[in-house]
Amino acid sequence: MSIIAALGQAAQPPLSPTNIFAPVSTPAQSIFELSLLVLAVVGAIFVIVSGLLAYASVKFRKRKDDDGREPAQVYGSSQVELAWTITPVVIVLVLFLATARVIFSVQDAPRPPGSLEVTVIGHQFWWEYRYPGLNVVTANELHLPVGEPTFLTLLSADTDHSFWVPRLAGKTDLIPNHPNKMWVEPRETGLYLGQCAQYCGTQHAKMLLRIYVESREDFDRWIHEQAAAARTDDLSSEGRRIFERTACINCHTVAGTPANGRFGPDLTHLMSRETIGSGIARNTPENLRAWIQRPDALKPGSLMPPMGLTDQQLDAVTAYLASLR
Amino acid sequence: MSTTDSVGWAGTRIAPRPFVDKLHEWVTTVDHKRLGILYFAFGLTFLLVGGIEAAVMRLQLIRPHNDLVTPQVFNQMFTMHGTTMIFFVVMPILFGFANYLVPLMIGARDMAFPRLNAFSFWLSAFGGLFLYFSFVGGYGLYGAGTAPDVGWFAYAPLTAKTFSPGHSTDFWTLSLLVSGFGSIGTAINIIATTLCMRCPGMTLGKMPLLVWLNLVMAGLVILALSPLTAAQLMLLVDRYLGGHFFDTQAGGSAVIWMHFFWVFGHPEVYVLILPSFAFASEIIPVFSRKAMFGYPVMVAATVAIGFISMSVWAHHMFTVGMSSGGNLFFVLSTMAIAVPTGIKIFNWLATMWGGKIYFKAPMLFCIAFLFQFLLAGLTGVMLGSAPFNWQLGSSYFVVAHFHYVIVGGILFTVFAAFYYWFPKVTGRMYSETLAKVHFWLFVIGFHLTFDFMHVPGLLGMPRRIYTYEPGRGWDTWNFIVTIGVFFQAAGVLAFVANMIRSYFRGRRAGSDPWDAWTLEWSTTSPPPEYNYASIPVVKSRRPLWDLKHPEDPDWKYE
Repeated sequence: MSIIAALGQAAQPPLSPTNIFAPVSTPAQSIFELSLLVLAVVGAIFVIVSGLLAYASVKFRKRKDDDGREPAQVYGSSQVELAWTITPVVIVLVLFLATARVIFSVQDAPRPPGSLEVTVIGHQFWWEYRYPGLNVVTANELHLPVGEPTFLTLLSADTDHSFWVPRLAGKTDLIPNHPNKMWVEPRETGLYLGQCAQYCGTQHAKMLLRIYVESREDFDRWIHEQAAAARTDDLSSEGRRIFERTACINCHTVAGTPANGRFGPDLTHLMSRETIGSGIARNTPENLRAWIQRPDALKPGSLMPPMGLTDQQLDAVTAYLASLR
Repeated sequence: MSTTDSVGWAGTRIAPRPFVDKLHEWVTTVDHKRLGILYFAFGLTFLLVGGIEAAVMRLQLIRPHNDLVTPQVFNQMFTMHGTTMIFFVVMPILFGFANYLVPLMIGARDMAFPRLNAFSFWLSAFGGLFLYFSFVGGYGLYGAGTAPDVGWFAYAPLTAKTFSPGHSTDFWTLSLLVSGFGSIGTAINIIATTLCMRCPGMTLGKMPLLVWLNLVMAGLVILALSPLTAAQLMLLVDRYLGGHFFDTQAGGSAVIWMHFFWVFGHPEVYVLILPSFAFASEIIPVFSRKAMFGYPVMVAATVAIGFISMSVWAHHMFTVGMSSGGNLFFVLSTMAIAVPTGIKIFNWLATMWGGKIYFKAPMLFCIAFLFQFLLAGLTGVMLGSAPFNWQLGSSYFVVAHFHYVIVGGILFTVFAAFYYWFPKVTGRMYSETLAKVHFWLFVIGFHLTFDFMHVPGLLGMPRRIYTYEPGRGWDTWNFIVTIGVFFQAAGVLAFVANMIRSYFRGRRAGSDPWDAWTLEWSTTSPPPEYNYASIPVVKSRRPLWDLKHPEDPDWKYE
């Protein structure tokens, strides 16, 4: 009993944090309800037909005491054929209508005025999030308010990707030259996981998604902090000098400094994120240092080159980055 | 006639010839039966290669964060595995059976265009060898050479020069282009043979179902391979002549590639499954000792599947952002195709009903096929419900679903067909014991691997990832899936051992070991080069039944 209670109370659903049958958001919930109907119908068909097949295999097997004569030859029957044509047609129509209802309710849902919008841009092999009008740009870890719909515009900077957080919604692809839309309406706060679901190149496997669903107050506080300029302190100025004089700034942005590259993740509030490398490692100074030294060692195929810094330079740059809160 | 091993294909005594002469004879042959056997040898060789690639992937995925192979090699493995299994295993084997059986079953002496037939085979064979040359091209054997790594459906713009420099994608493009021409040649040949070379009395309504299904399959090949060929040429133009069809950086469209590929890709599934239905439609009646139930309905269902299959392709694209109307259309067409497919299953079941079922290896594989194909069809209906597909698409659930179709459906009937026609092709009987060992090992392995593969998909595991994070609840399932591979491999080894051993040591089978009813069993095993000394005349769908039961012939009822 205590085990069942523990499972019920666990923050993560039983089996998996990415279980499609544990929805916590409107589109995922609609899909879940439809999937129960579909499963019930196909399950019933499977039980009946495979039961008949098993019965026929046993009942009509050749017996030991077989007389060697051929069984009666039956060539067909129009009535029977008609029956097993019409029945599937009716089933198909029922499933089609149920499916149509959910397609419309998810795809053509009205957008309430003033609802939050986020632009999601897929990159090899990380996620960029821009909150239009809120002056917030971040990477890999998406923050959303609970209990209200958020509309995502999906773009790609390079190849095809797909945004899939199973507990929030079905997946939608990010395709270059082909903007897509999707929406979520999470009902519970928490961290929801997912990952890229369309093969996008070498590191497709490590393009992980982390969605933080927060109360409206927490979300507003987070937006406020993210919209502020980078906060750095003087102690790390040596690291900052190295950062701004090497190739780092070609790809990365630190708002309010000369660094304004767009190819890699925005680092303005790097230390407000829990992970680096699109969710592959915890965001600690040690991991950061290892990443800057050789991204390829943590994530082979990553497009960030090793920066060729000396140990002192590495320490200084790491200290600078670790100050970007 | 002598019964020693020196009996040749024509049944006449021939002196042993030097190996070079025999080789020359095989390389230059235009005989449909020899070309059929060449297709089998080609397809089975690549089956082992594709199987090894699958095993490498499964070993890499046996636990999270495994590092058996690099991500690059893993990506090459799934690209090569998919491409190989579809284009250089299943298609050649099915074409081999069509080549071997269609002329025999319609009482003809060869295909309509024997030289085109040979040309088509060698084009396909060259395509396969060219694809594998990629392993030694480029960087040579280091890593996996420059084997393509864009996935078997090679979505744009990953195939553009920007994302795929070098020549790995070109190996993929050119090999499919070349083997595609071979497939189209074979398809034309099958259609011409079926329409023009049937023996006297064999109207379209009296053709064996196998011939009907292969006729529809050949029609689909022509319709499906053409857009693929066009798309490959467009991709080459993009890569070498500055075109921008799929080059998104210059305003091209990635979605257009998806349409081109899947308007080939989904009819292709039916190109593969129709011959598989064909085997089941010949084997199930013979081992149930009953005529096929509802022959005209089976033909109608086949033609219906052929037509509907041309309009379902975008159910592979429910997640690319089509309009709700577009999605609705493809939901309806996809679910509609379940109706004729279901009718087929019911008719096979009705054929068994009231019969006397002999559980020989071919029938065992067919019964397993019925169970597995039923389930594969039902998971297909789940995937056809677009919103459900938004969750299931591109996940391991899809991988499990289409392996259920291709392995549980097609490969099982291919094994059934190999056992069923082995005595006809070689003149010798296979070992029933070894065949049953093969069956049970393969059934266990298949279900361990592909039943449990559905689960990580439901738990959010996407396909085509070289490794995965612990703590997602995927570990145990992946472990079981990998264990199943060993059983399947052992099963295939038993199959290969059986084929080789029985070819040399099997007991003589005689011309009609199954007491069957179609024309190929009326000639010797193996059939002579000219198939029939005199062209047969038929009056019904089961000419040998009429011969064996003159008191109660079929033609009275048809």
